[in-house]
Amino acid sequence: MKDDSIFELSPQDKTAIDTWLAQYPADQKRSALIPALHIAQKANGGWLSEAAMKAVAVYLDLPQIQVFEVATFYSMFELAPVGKHTLCVCTNVSCLLSGSDEIVSHLKKRLRIDFNETTENQQFTLKEVECLGACVEAPVLRVDEAFHTHLTPEKIDALLAELEKKG
Amino acid sequence: MIEIEIDGQKVEAEPGSMIIEAADKVGIKIPRFCYHKKLSVAANCRMCLVAVEKSRKPLPACATPITDGMVVKTRTAEALAAQKAVMEFLLINHPLDCPICDQGGECELQDVAMGYGKDVSRFTEGKRVIKDKNLGSLIATDMTRCILCTRCVRFGEEIAGIVEMGVTGRGEASEVGTYVEEHLISEVSGNIIDLCPVGALTSKPFRFKARAWELNQHTSIAPHDPLGANIYIHTRNGDVMRVVPKECESINETWASDRDRFSYTGLNAEDRLLKPMVKAHGEWQECDWSLALSTVHKQLENIHQHCGEDRIAAVVSPNLSSEELYLAQKYLRGLESHYIEHRLQQVDPQFIPTPLLARERQASIAEVEDMDAIFLVGCDIQREVPLLGLRVRKASLQGANILSLNPLDFHFNFEQKAQCIVSMQTFLFALAVWIQSELKAEELKEWPVLDQLIKQDVDYCGHPDERALIQAQIESIRKVFVAGRQKLIIMGALAINDPQASLIQQALLWLAERYDAKLIFLLAGANQHGAVLAGAMPEQAMSIVDLWHAKLPAYLLVNVEPELDCTHPALALKALHDASCVVVMTAFVTEKMLEYADVLLPIAPFSEYAGTLVNLEGKRQAFNAAVHPQGEARPAWKIFRVLGQLAQMPGFDYDTWTEITPDIPTEASKAPLSSLTERYRLPQRQAGLQLLPYWPLYRSDPLVRRADPLQRCALSADPVIALHPETAAHYGFKANEAVSWQQEGHVATLIVKTDPSLSLDTVYWPMGFSETACWGALAPLVLERMRALEENE
Ligand code: SF4
Ligand code: FES
Ligand code: FES
Repeated sequence: MKDDSIFELSPQDKTAIDTWLAQYPADQKRSALIPALHIAQKANGGWLSEAAMKAVAVYLDLPQIQVFEVATFYSMFELAPVGKHTLCVCTNVSCLLSGSDEIVSHLKKRLRIDFNETTENQQFTLKEVECLGACVEAPVLRVDEAFHTHLTPEKIDALLAELEKKG
Repeated sequence: MIEIEIDGQKVEAEPGSMIIEAADKVGIKIPRFCYHKKLSVAANCRMCLVAVEKSRKPLPACATPITDGMVVKTRTAEALAAQKAVMEFLLINHPLDCPICDQGGECELQDVAMGYGKDVSRFTEGKRVIKDKNLGSLIATDMTRCILCTRCVRFGEEIAGIVEMGVTGRGEASEVGTYVEEHLISEVSGNIIDLCPVGALTSKPFRFKARAWELNQHTSIAPHDPLGANIYIHTRNGDVMRVVPKECESINETWASDRDRFSYTGLNAEDRLLKPMVKAHGEWQECDWSLALSTVHKQLENIHQHCGEDRIAAVVSPNLSSEELYLAQKYLRGLESHYIEHRLQQVDPQFIPTPLLARERQASIAEVEDMDAIFLVGCDIQREVPLLGLRVRKASLQGANILSLNPLDFHFNFEQKAQCIVSMQTFLFALAVWIQSELKAEELKEWPVLDQLIKQDVDYCGHPDERALIQAQIESIRKVFVAGRQKLIIMGALAINDPQASLIQQALLWLAERYDAKLIFLLAGANQHGAVLAGAMPEQAMSIVDLWHAKLPAYLLVNVEPELDCTHPALALKALHDASCVVVMTAFVTEKMLEYADVLLPIAPFSEYAGTLVNLEGKRQAFNAAVHPQGEARPAWKIFRVLGQLAQMPGFDYDTWTEITPDIPTEASKAPLSSLTERYRLPQRQAGLQLLPYWPLYRSDPLVRRADPLQRCALSADPVIALHPETAAHYGFKANEAVSWQQEGHVATLIVKTDPSLSLDTVYWPMGFSETACWGALAPLVLERMRALEENE
């Protein structure tokens, strides 16, 4: 079992953060906070533990509360362990009108989980999110970092099958 | 100045100021929650919406800058509709249960809801509930009541410089909290209680103790530091219920430090003395005032008759009122003794504890924020005079360069441009280096001490590398300081309590003259300035240490606990034990007092009498009695009045304290003052460890030490021996090791902490604790370690 109370940024992570830092004035490290959190989240297996947030705070020389504020504000930051893939369904107005209800119920049935739950095999976590900014192609689902649009239950089955095959 | 119109009234205001500021100026009330004149504009509550001509929709008055000729209406149907709508939104999630809320009766939300709220809520869904946070012993939370105005968050970031509170989550899930529980490490945290417009943040010690409408309000002056912060004491039925700040822009603005706000909780401590007591045949007995006073009179008169002049000493607190200090010294001088001392911690008698010696150089408190170069010398400003620290921080945020010469890096809540961190005894060398760089060789001759310091005694400052480093650091401080237009030098308690304080003072006076800089001396207690004016010190150059060494037959203590308040506690206790008569006027009894005293007289603490205090800028302010003295306690000035009358001394027939004030001189007797002349002998440099005693913020006087919530807050810590890691290693101390030593029969144990912020060889030693109440100059345990080391070598 991994100990969640311990987290350290690897040299590679630090270099990655440094390239972001280089884009901002030296006294405005706070600007690099979001990319730094993404980097830490990836390094920590897809979610931000307290230790991971603390490591970012220390590295960017920020008060911990400022890191916590940003991490809790954005839905792309996970504050609890997640499965290998995170499925974020938009249920906002445009998607709702284009049938996101059906997408949601299909996903729940197929994965046998509710929102904010993870499948037993630790493969998928299902989340409900607000507008993903792709309304023209509603209904929309974000899987990890990719958008899947104009969804139908069939498309979802195919998508899940593919992800399962990849393992 | 431009002119706008608000509700038909013409208002002149600064261009760029907001509508709400202009309206406040003429007393037009616009409802608001997030706006506060001392904080940045957040404009997140929308309560201040007003109608502005030519604008399509209502605008937030707190975030709309005025323009010439603007016409604002705050009470049109449109504006009122907007305000009512916002009110309804705010109340959606806010509990409607004011009767069980601690803020009820003094709540901004409640007040505004009375004016703008509906009588029935249309919202029938469940309300949002938020878990309370544990913010420590001073502040209680009821976070479900939070309306997310972020005043508390902005106060932390902008004023106090602690970024510990924040808004997490978003939308309906937003909440205000801290990242770590119980972590509000700030000496001014209590201000968020006043700022919070609702009952989300309230005073923990005051919680559910009284309702606002039951309280009487009395103006007073905070009695712990020389700022002279204006406060209100709130009382109910003769009990002090709480203390809140009274706005005074030129002194404390709208703030109170936590020490000033919560020290009242010590007023009725268990060991409060309520009746006079005399010791007869080793037994303590309560007695009435006339017996107690005649006992004191007889004993002191007897000693005066038989032992002659200067055989009685009075040691008085610098927190007493000027009137008390004046009568105390008058009484003592009436007994032909001039041994009256208020300098409990200052050991260099040549140090001149008054700003009056350089009156035209004295900076006012308000001026501090306008400075653009501030040089701190031996000064932990945040923890000495917290609200002055806020002014320095303000200056720093406005671009001032802050510089310091300190025995450790205090990690202030503002940035420092350059620092020189050296042990106290190297201070003079550092300042001499600076002065030397300004003087020609022949000028230097007039300064024997300097000359000696720099030329003949280069070893004075240890290793050549160390010297070079100091020279470089001083040079960078000098460069920045000289470049400032408005300059200020602040001499803090660590420098003032140093054995070389007068030399440091002289050097600073010289620098101030040279650069046309202003000066502030952070004097002791709330009224050292008043004590000097009242004459509560000997004419001769002698310090409190001399008083203890003199082994006098009689000592009189007023509001002093020598083992905790004085630099040389063990010496003090010895002198008191050996004296044949010790009279203690105190509000609280300690076990030690019961051992050494012969008579105990209960005196009234600051909330129970009236008088004047003179603050660090020389301003005399009066404070009032908020409640009657508890039990049989009396103001010390009345006790001295009776003693003076019993001794048939002239000049003690005052009816009220206000008759005393005009008799107190307004000019300090001119102390002989010269530059750094021969009068001064260069003190011997000591090798090895140096004990640097300091008084932690919440151990500063008897009342504060009894304020339990302050003792339990995040800023209070158990005493430790702090050393630089290298110094610790050299002397064989291990980090976190517990060190015990014998001290007058009992064993004291302290933990060693290593801290790289300290200068080398410095032992940072907290006073005001029974554990550290040992010989102050070099504690026995430090001596032991040094001896062990020598033996090994
Ligand atoms: S706790 Fe009080 S001051 Fe802080 S955001 Fe909430 S309502 Fe405002
Ligand atoms: S509403 Fe779903 S992407 Fe915008
Ligand atoms: S007071 Fe103006 S928006 Fe809050």
